[in-house]
Parts: sequence; structure tokens; C-alpha cells
Amino acid sequence: MPKDHGIGASSKRREDVRFLTGKGRYTDDINIRGQAYVHFLRSDVAHGKINGLDTSAAESAPGVLRVFTGADFEGVGGLPCGWQVTDREGNPMQEPAHPVLAQGKVRHVGDPIAAVVAETYEQARDAAEQITVDIEELPAVMDMKAALKPDAPKVHEDLTSNLCYDWGFVEENREATNAAFEKAHHVTTLELVNQRLVANPMEPRVAIGDYAAHSDESTLYTTSQNPHVIRLLMGAFVLGIPEHKLRVVAPDVGGGFGSKIFHYAEEAFCTFAAKALKRPVKWVSSRSEAFLSDAQGRDHVTRIELALDAEGHFQALRTETYANMGAYLSTFSTSVPTWLHGTLMAGNYRTPLIYVNVKAVFTNTVPVDAYRGAGRPEATFQLERVIDKAAREMGIDPVELRRRNFVTEFPYATPVAVEYDTGDYNATLDRALEMADWDGFEARAAESAKKGLWRGRGINSYIEACGIAPSQLVGQLGARAGLYESATVRVNATGGLVVMTGSHSHGQGHETAFPQVIADMIGIDESQVEIVHGDTANTPMGMGTYGSRSIAVGGSAMVRAAEKVIAKAKKIAAHLMEAAPEDVELKDGQFSVAGTDKSIAWGDVTLAAYVPHNYPLDEIEPGLEETAFYDPSNFTYPAGAYVCEVEVDPETGKVRVDRFAAADDFGNVVNPMIVEGQVHGGLAQGIGQALLEGCTYDETGQLLSASYMDYAMPRADDLPSFQVDHSCQTPCTHNPLGVKGCGEAGAIGSPPALVNAVVDALQRGGKDVTHIDMPLSPARVWAAMQ
Amino acid sequence: MDSRHDIELSVNGDTHRISVQARRLLSDALREDCGLTGTHVGCEHGVCGACTVLIDGRPARACLTYAMQMEGHEITTIEGLGGTDGYSPLQQAMQDEHGLQCGFCTPGILVTFEAYLRDNPDPTEDEIRDVLSGNLCRCTGYENIVAAVKKAAAGMRGEPE
Repeated sequence: MPKDHGIGASSKRREDVRFLTGKGRYTDDINIRGQAYVHFLRSDVAHGKINGLDTSAAESAPGVLRVFTGADFEGVGGLPCGWQVTDREGNPMQEPAHPVLAQGKVRHVGDPIAAVVAETYEQARDAAEQITVDIEELPAVMDMKAALKPDAPKVHEDLTSNLCYDWGFVEENREATNAAFEKAHHVTTLELVNQRLVANPMEPRVAIGDYAAHSDESTLYTTSQNPHVIRLLMGAFVLGIPEHKLRVVAPDVGGGFGSKIFHYAEEAFCTFAAKALKRPVKWVSSRSEAFLSDAQGRDHVTRIELALDAEGHFQALRTETYANMGAYLSTFSTSVPTWLHGTLMAGNYRTPLIYVNVKAVFTNTVPVDAYRGAGRPEATFQLERVIDKAAREMGIDPVELRRRNFVTEFPYATPVAVEYDTGDYNATLDRALEMADWDGFEARAAESAKKGLWRGRGINSYIEACGIAPSQLVGQLGARAGLYESATVRVNATGGLVVMTGSHSHGQGHETAFPQVIADMIGIDESQVEIVHGDTANTPMGMGTYGSRSIAVGGSAMVRAAEKVIAKAKKIAAHLMEAAPEDVELKDGQFSVAGTDKSIAWGDVTLAAYVPHNYPLDEIEPGLEETAFYDPSNFTYPAGAYVCEVEVDPETGKVRVDRFAAADDFGNVVNPMIVEGQVHGGLAQGIGQALLEGCTYDETGQLLSASYMDYAMPRADDLPSFQVDHSCQTPCTHNPLGVKGCGEAGAIGSPPALVNAVVDALQRGGKDVTHIDMPLSPARVWAAMQ
Repeated sequence: MDSRHDIELSVNGDTHRISVQARRLLSDALREDCGLTGTHVGCEHGVCGACTVLIDGRPARACLTYAMQMEGHEITTIEGLGGTDGYSPLQQAMQDEHGLQCGFCTPGILVTFEAYLRDNPDPTEDEIRDVLSGNLCRCTGYENIVAAVKKAAAGMRGEPE
């Protein structure tokens, strides 16, 4: 019987009540009396020198309050990068300035040149058309390998080249890895592209700056996954505002998928302009602007080699990846191809020697940063594609080849610096094969053949490192931030409580899932627990939501704070019941003394904490409110196996996904309904990448896929009905809930399963196709068949 | 370009007297002038469906409609769904089946299917997916929205759960 409350119950989402009735409060729903509007004039060339900028006509246009240019920001800091990567020689990466508004040069189509603030949005936009910009167009740096040639034009003149860093991992393993390849029985090589994607949350970004002259306080309302991070970065590095004079609010946020982690120029601009003009300043991104200014994802070009012995045991793995940074370093851009990618190259397998080389390159394109999975989809795609190719080359069943190399004993220290605490990769693989009716494939293939279609099947095993991250470890690796999470549990006098968390929900359902945990711990109804998040003014400093970390890190912080609350409440209860605190138990909202019939209700104890008439004031303070900061001791390692079955039409190259089965091990699960929803969404984005999506620039740096007419997002009729399962559970060993995180799994595990299936279909159709780059559009599949 | 026009918009049975430029989109008029922020704007070019409202009972993109065109028409937004006793059957099913996550695309989907189920009380899964493909959702993978529409349809036909 499924649980109906607490941990493990599919409690209905309480936030749905407002979302289903039009009462959500997203950033664009906020309007402040007296607010002005900003429109950004953006570069329409990818690379150019600004020789002249005449804003005079715009300044005198109707309703215009002021026109800002790069010159207004010369005394202001640039947008910072939050992670310093060290190259193979031990040198720090090349780190260019990233001004709020362009200074002297534009470096990608969409780079903001000027900002017009006016009484209405229409006036701001009309006035911007009257700005004259004299841009001397320079050759656009687009291709990563060409960008590294000595005579290539430079995106940043003050850097020595377009190379951000040349990273080797583990550098000490390089020679040994190469030696293992010399001795290998078989080497499989694959060159592939993990194409550039756009996160495309349905809510475009919005920023509203507000300034209170009476208190000299600035407030930024913004569409962010992590308001505290924005406050720290913008306050300390860009605008020089101390945190106690700066508040950042991220109310309801309409999806993020990574793209709303980062600190963007528009946020700093609105905060700056509001103070300069003494008026609230609002910016609402159009979808076109979103394509030109939201950090994009992926964009890796990789050569991967796998060395195997005669029985198919993996001996060594080496990769060379070119990772596109775009024109500037977005907040966490540098960590994605390195520490979020290289550390996952062991996958689910015992590969003793691994060497990963990554060259990060500047180009005249929109900056690239974390997008759902962030480095881990790139790692998984390479690995699972090369394993499939190796299986085919060696004549070993792809399921068997994976099983032969699975890590089966835990903890397992990989050669790429991480230690998996738990897992059972055979269990998830068994479950996925069962759900997809793997053994019934041949009969279905015969049915497809009668219709003139080629059926193929693909599998994939994945692992990810989530719950980012142990602060000391990431500090050693170059992170310029800690990655703990925080929670304050405030118990009210009548027993209800509020949890103020640094985690942030932009669709994940924290307001429902977090109370399930607390309610279980105390034994009260979930409705007694309220979650507050998204406002730096009323939440403790926390690092926000990304990397599938909310329940694993934020949830753990909440548990720690609740444990402190319960410990104190037991002391109060002990006093009231005249017992020793160590004899007091809390169950179902009642404190009792072991071995006696004495008991007292939760609400009586909380009341005593705030009305301390009969209270041990000489031992403990009144009140019942505790804060905890939780810093994980390791990453969590969700893992699983996915099976995809497709039909390919040999006449057209069209791929239809017939079935998709996903078996995930997320450890313990707090709300199965929400977890399944997260997997569905991840699968849709992964299948979107595999079949439909791709960000395309022309050779001059114009973004060709800059609207929903040109960038193909998956729609309901593009996707199959999913089979998902999370019954294989090996709880995390190092956080109090035993949870691992589920937000990114679907996007990580699905692209290789789908591509493996299509390649399988073509092979069965008699075509010697070993790889097709995503997206697998009919044109690409058809071309591969010819 | 700045000249304004006084118009009356009839939304969810209420009359809003507003003053708009000729270029004012219905989506902006609803959100900014009528204060009905439940209608969301996702792409401004009619592709994502988030801004869908009912005009005289038929779904339409508010971002592709000028406010001035709407005089004499009856508009229904998400704020007008459900009765005085709360949720419509589809709203209830969307919560029951976890058919939404961030909630941003949800208003357009609800409005679209309020009209569709009125005219098509017993749709197949393929038909639901076909209609749903007019709306982009980036969170859910659509699976649970399809389930919610099925459940709501069954409930509206009076079938037991």
C-alpha cells in the first residue's frame, strides 16, 4: 500500500493551487509604482570594433529617461567567472573581462551595446532604434579548431590566444594511459559532436531593479535558481554593494534547467540603473533576446578511444575534447567541461586508466554554461557510444559487454578522482530490459519490417555525480564558492513551523516535498509546515538549486536544523515532564518518557518555548528556531539504465521512438510522483537533443536558430509514452536522507540510448553506419544511409 | 504612434475600460492593463502557446491578437476557469496527475483543453497529443498532461475513477 503522507508518499503539490488558477507570482507579474523600462540595443554582428556610438537622438526621444553605454560602467566591475581552472602546465586559465555593456568591442550577436530606459517599454524600444552605432566588422571566430591556429583573429585582444585552458586529467595518468593503448588487444575510436543546445525555460528571463533612497538599499527581482549567489556575485564583484544593502528576490520561476543559475548583465544593469535614476527599472526578455543572451549548453567536439583486452575488459580510455566557451566566461562555464565532465568518464565501469584532455576555446558566440546535466551528458554520451561501437567491432553483445565491465563492489574509487559510495548497475539494467521487453524485440522487428520499417534498440548505463558538492574538494579544484546548503527551521508557538531554505524551486516542488520530510521527523501533518525560499531577506545564505542538489544538500541541511530543534524541544519536554532529556522520545507529535505513561504534545512544548513560565531558563534559551549549514562529504551518485527502441523509415530517414524505458537508482525517494515527473522532463530534453534540437550559427556568427520556429523543441507528438521506474534503491551512505537526486538523470541517460538504437536499426537494415551526430533529423539519418 | 484608444475588454464576464495604443497586444493588455497576470507570454510569436486564451470560446494566441480587435468579444483567461467552488475537472486532474512543474505554460494548456474537451468529450491519446502539440512545455515531457486530460475527460463523461 503506497504511503499517504511523509517520506515516500506521492503528496499532491501544494504550489499547484496557485499555478492552476493563474495566481502564480512570477517576476514579470511584479510591477512597482513608478517603474521605468529598459530596452537593450544588442549587437547584430558577431565580432566588431565600436568606432562610434551616437545616442543623442535617443536621449531626446519621447519618454526617455537616460541612455546608458559601456562608458557608464567603466568604474564598475565585470561579470565574474566562478571557477578557475588550471591548465596542464599548472597555469591559471585565461580569463577575459566581461563588461555589463560592451566597451569598445562586440563579441557575439546579442552582446548589449547600449540600454535605453524610458517611461514605457515601447518608448524605450522606439528610442533604441535612433541610436547610431558605427561598428567595424571583424572576422568572426566560429570553428573551435580554426580558432586555435596561430593566425586566427582573437576574440579578446588582451589574451594571448583564443584558448581559455588546455586541461589534462589525470595528468599523471597520461603516460600510463598511452602505454596501455600500445598494448591493447583492440582499440575503438569515435569522433563525435555534442551539439550546442538552448535551455529554453518557458519563462523568459526578467529583472527588476529597485532602490530605496531612504535606506540606501537595492533590491533585485530576478528569474534565478539561486538568489544568494546572484547577491554575492553582483554585490561583491560587479556593483560593489555590501550584502546588507542588497536584497535579491527570485519569486516563482518558470523553469531554469541551468540557464538561470548564472549572473547576467541585465541583472546588474537594472540594479545599477535603478540607483542612478532613483526609479525602479524593469527588463523583460523577449524570446529572441533569450536566444541571444541566455547562456547556452553543451557544444563539445570529442575524439574518444577505448582500449580493450581480448575478452572485452576495458583497459584504458582517453579523450580529447574541444569545449566552446562562447565569447565570455559565464559564471560556471569553466567547470562544466572539466570537473563536471572529466570526473564522470569512468561511467559505471572498471576502467583502470583514464586520461581526459579538454581545450576550452573562445568564439564569437553566445556564452556556454551548464545546461541540465552539465558535463555529465557529454561524458555519458561519449562513453556509451564508444562502448556500443566496441561491442559491435568485437562481436560482443552490448548488454554483456557492459555487464562484464560494471563496477560491482562499493565503495569504488575511480581513476578520475571520485569515489562511488553505492550502486547496483546490474539491477537497474535488468529492470530496464524487463520494462522494455528486450527479449521480445525480434518479433517486433519482424512486424516493423512488414511495414517497411527498420527497428533498432539501444541501451545505455549512466552514472552522474550530483548533490554538488563538498566545499573543500571543489575549493581545491578551483571553485570560488562553497557549495553547502542552509536551512532555518522556525517553530511557531502553536506548533506549526516554517523552513527557510537556501534551495530554490523553479518547478521542482520543494514546497511539497520538503514538508514531507519535516512532518515525518516530528510526526505532524504536512500542512503544518511552510517552506520559504527565493528571497535573500528571509532565508539563510544558501547556494541554490542546480546539479540535482536540492533534496540531497538542501534537504540534508533542513534535517540537520530540524534535529537541532527536536533536541531542544526534548529538553523542554523533559523539564515539563520532570524527566531526563535522554529518556524523552518524540513520535507522532507526542513527547513521552520511556517506560512511563507520561506524555506531552508537540504543541504544548512549542508553546512553552515561547511562553516560558515553567521553563529551564537557567539551562536553555526561550524560543525554538535553529539554523544548519550542511556541507556534503561526497557527491551523490545516481545511476541507471535506459532502453530505447526506434523505428526508422528507410525511405525518409524519419525516426520514431516506439518505447523508452528508464530504470533509475536515486537512493531513497521522498515523493515518487515528483521524482517521476523529473525523469519525464529530463527524458524529454534528452530525446529533444537526440532527435530535434540544435543551435546553429552561420560562418559570420549569425544565430540561425533564434526562435521557436527555427529551434525545434520537443512537442507532445514527438515523444513516446515513457516507462519509468525507481524501485532499485541503493541509498546514499553519507547524507541523512539517503537520497541521491533525480533532476538531471533523464537528460543524461537518454541521448546515447536513442542514438545507439538508431545506429542499431541502420545496421540491421544492412547499412554500415557506426555513428550519426545529433540531432538525428530525417535528413541526417537519410544521408547516413546513402 | 503614441495615440491611444479607449476600449472595453470583456474578460471572464468583467468589463475592463482601458486605454491602449493601436499596437497593444491582447496579452500585454490582459497582463498590464487588466491586471490579469495568469496569462503568460513565452515567445511572442505564436509558437509556444503559453498565452492562449479563449475568444468567444475558441482558443487563440493572445500574443498574436491586438487588444483593439477584441471589442465586442468575450475573452476567457485562466482566471476565469473553474467555478465558484474551485477547480474545473481539468484543473483537478492536472494536480492529481502532476501535469505541471514550473507552471508557466500551464495556463495556455488549461485554456486550450477547456475548449477542446467541451467539443470532444472522448479523445484518444493520439488526439490528445495532437492537440497538446500546440503548446510547448519544457518541464513535464507531456506524459502527465496527457494522463490528466484523459482523467478529466473521463470524469466529465461521468465515468467512475
